[in-house]
Amino acid sequence: MRFADFSATLVACLLALAGPARAFEVEEEVYYAAPDEASVLRILSTADRAAFEPIVLAFQQENPSVSVDYTIAGTRDVMKAVAEEGAVFDLVISSAMDLQTKLANDGFGHGYRSAATDALPDWARWRDQLYAFTQEPVVLILSDAAFADGEGPTTRDELIALLRDEPDRFRGKVGTYDVRSSGFGYLMATQDARVSENIWRLLEVMGRLDARLYCCSGDMLRDIRSGELAVAYNVLGSYASAQQKELGGFQIVQMNDFANVMLRTVLISARAENLDDAETMVDFLVTLGRRPDVVAASGLPAIDDAALRDDVALRPIRLGPGLLVFLDKLKRRTFLKNWEASITQE
Amino acid sequence: MSATATGWSIRRRLFLQLAAIAALLSVVLFLVVRALAETAAEDTQDDILAASATSIADALRAEDGAITLDMPYSALSMLGTINEDRVFYRVVVDGETLTGYEDLPAPEERPTISTNSFSTFDYRGDEVRMVTVARVVSAGGQPSDVLISVAQTRLGLAAITQRISAIATAAGIGFFVVATALWLWAAQSALKPLERMTGSVTRRGPGDLRPLEANAPDELVPFVDALNNFISRLRASLQRSEDLIAEAAHRVRTPLATVRAKAEVTHRKLNKPEHRQTMREMIRAIDESSRSAGQLLDHAMVTFRTDNLSEEAVDLREIVTETCARLSPAAGLKDVDIRCVTPDEAPDFRGDWLLLQSALQNILDNAIKYSPEDRAIAVRMDVADDIRLSVTDQGRGFGDADVEALKGRFARGGNAEDIVGSGLGLTIADEVVRAHGGRLEIASNENGEGACVSLIFPRP
Repeated sequence: MRFADFSATLVACLLALAGPARAFEVEEEVYYAAPDEASVLRILSTADRAAFEPIVLAFQQENPSVSVDYTIAGTRDVMKAVAEEGAVFDLVISSAMDLQTKLANDGFGHGYRSAATDALPDWARWRDQLYAFTQEPVVLILSDAAFADGEGPTTRDELIALLRDEPDRFRGKVGTYDVRSSGFGYLMATQDARVSENIWRLLEVMGRLDARLYCCSGDMLRDIRSGELAVAYNVLGSYASAQQKELGGFQIVQMNDFANVMLRTVLISARAENLDDAETMVDFLVTLGRRPDVVAASGLPAIDDAALRDDVALRPIRLGPGLLVFLDKLKRRTFLKNWEASITQE
Repeated sequence: MSATATGWSIRRRLFLQLAAIAALLSVVLFLVVRALAETAAEDTQDDILAASATSIADALRAEDGAITLDMPYSALSMLGTINEDRVFYRVVVDGETLTGYEDLPAPEERPTISTNSFSTFDYRGDEVRMVTVARVVSAGGQPSDVLISVAQTRLGLAAITQRISAIATAAGIGFFVVATALWLWAAQSALKPLERMTGSVTRRGPGDLRPLEANAPDELVPFVDALNNFISRLRASLQRSEDLIAEAAHRVRTPLATVRAKAEVTHRKLNKPEHRQTMREMIRAIDESSRSAGQLLDHAMVTFRTDNLSEEAVDLREIVTETCARLSPAAGLKDVDIRCVTPDEAPDFRGDWLLLQSALQNILDNAIKYSPEDRAIAVRMDVADDIRLSVTDQGRGFGDADVEALKGRFARGGNAEDIVGSGLGLTIADEVVRAHGGRLEIASNENGEGACVSLIFPRP
């Protein structure tokens, strides 16, 4: 693997060492030094290292003089860093479409257009500032231990009926995001609520079954494999596919009634210091579809308009001011109150 | 004489004035289209903003004695449907921000329950348009004033305005080009009658003093009338002088005949040779004067008759033979032999007998006058593609004179000073021939002796 070529110059360090200047919480910072470094591209991202590293390495193959400083943080920390703390990054990459939209709306983005970005479908860009470069459906995970092959619900109605009919089988074995702590979970739950009222019935049923709440897709998948969970609702499909290939132990169900598609977006920061490389990277990201090797290595599905047209159940979450509604503090408070009332059965 | 060009042209002036008007109208068109379109675009944005603010206002409710808001998804998503502008909102309850962007300024003008307030200002680096809707919500028995503001940047509007400006510019330029082209065409066609009249006057022969055509446009009728009036006065004046000349010639000729007769008698009675000689010279001078008067009369007749040319069938052979016969005695006095040749068959010809005879007679008379004694004059009639009556003498010819000028009235050859003549003979012949649609051809003989004058008529 080419990664080895760079390993000598690759520095990975935990943020605890990076100093007290930063108030937002950094999960990991990786420095991919270029063999003949001429400039540094600073990326703040929510995508974990395993997923994004192949993309960085492929980018550096094409741009061997650009070093990449890759900082990983949670979705809310990314927002906080850029909007409140004035952190200086060239690119901001996040799976929280609502927060990314808010950054662009509130003037933290830098406009950029090129042939590559113009080639994107309309739903995959906003204001020439926010560009989607992956489309990742949100899926239902069923553990192999609890479900035989081919068995299992394919719509939310079937899932509700199943959970209602066999409460003893699923008590304590149903998991989903804790939307209070996870920005991604909140986005998915609000989008569910926007599309269908069914979600509230589902949450109530899950609440009666003492649903377990998670911060991240990875933890849910871990507990699915271990057999602690039988059903995990609203798991990021790209992570699930990656783990299924390596480890197995569960089946991935794309819901037939509707499946939200999360778009991972990139934004050039208004405070970017290295605009040239940032723009080159944006072009590289939005054309990932031309590099199947990189897509396969990262497990991040590239933008594919045709795939969405073929499967009507797939609903890409629409970029735009509508996403700001659920960020409204009153709206959020109300939504969380309803959510808590449903899932905790208080 | 020609009118001097002053660089002043009706067409150019019309064109420039109309082009200036077209340019002005194009600019007006551009401004009107743009203003209307911009207003329409702004109204659209205002309407959507108002709809958004209203839907937020409608979602306000009281809960546990406090006002809260469950903002509908459509409130902001509707703003994203037509453009990608940035959106800001703020809900203020009794002066306290309930939710939204706390730094969004209050509206310049306070809205009322029934009227929304709109304002435009700069916010976060862009120009925004903001609507503010007022509501009174009762919470815990206390009415609260609520202001709901929704603002949107105007980049989409700017893009629309730019597109509309481009369309308006194209429309303006298109209008200018089309209007100018049409006006150029209109100016051209308006001036056409003037050009047609100019052409018809220019093409006229020198003796054509008919009135101008009647079908002139109304605006030119006074001008045409004035011109026709002038022409008729000119005609009358010419006619008067022709009449005067004819009258004078007639009056002179009769007494001259009397004087000549008396002189003949006196000549015979005189015995002294020098007195007889003097008397002979007197008789000769009287003859020439009489001849000139005759020619003046002939010319007056020609002028009159060509204006009202008769179209009777004429046998040209008869005219030739008769003219030869008539002038043979005069020729005989000089021992000049007239040889007359006519074709066997008469060609069809229509014309004025008297005029034709007068023309040929004048030519032949000239030939006899200029012919040396004891020579022959050939009079031939040839019929081929055209009809040619030619008179060939062996006289001194025309030298190097301009033969076209000789056709003018009272013009005489440069080598004719010693011979008495009025210079009207060729003029008469020329006018007669042209009145019959033919031409007069004057040529010196090739061997340098004598000349050939031909009356050439087209065959019918």
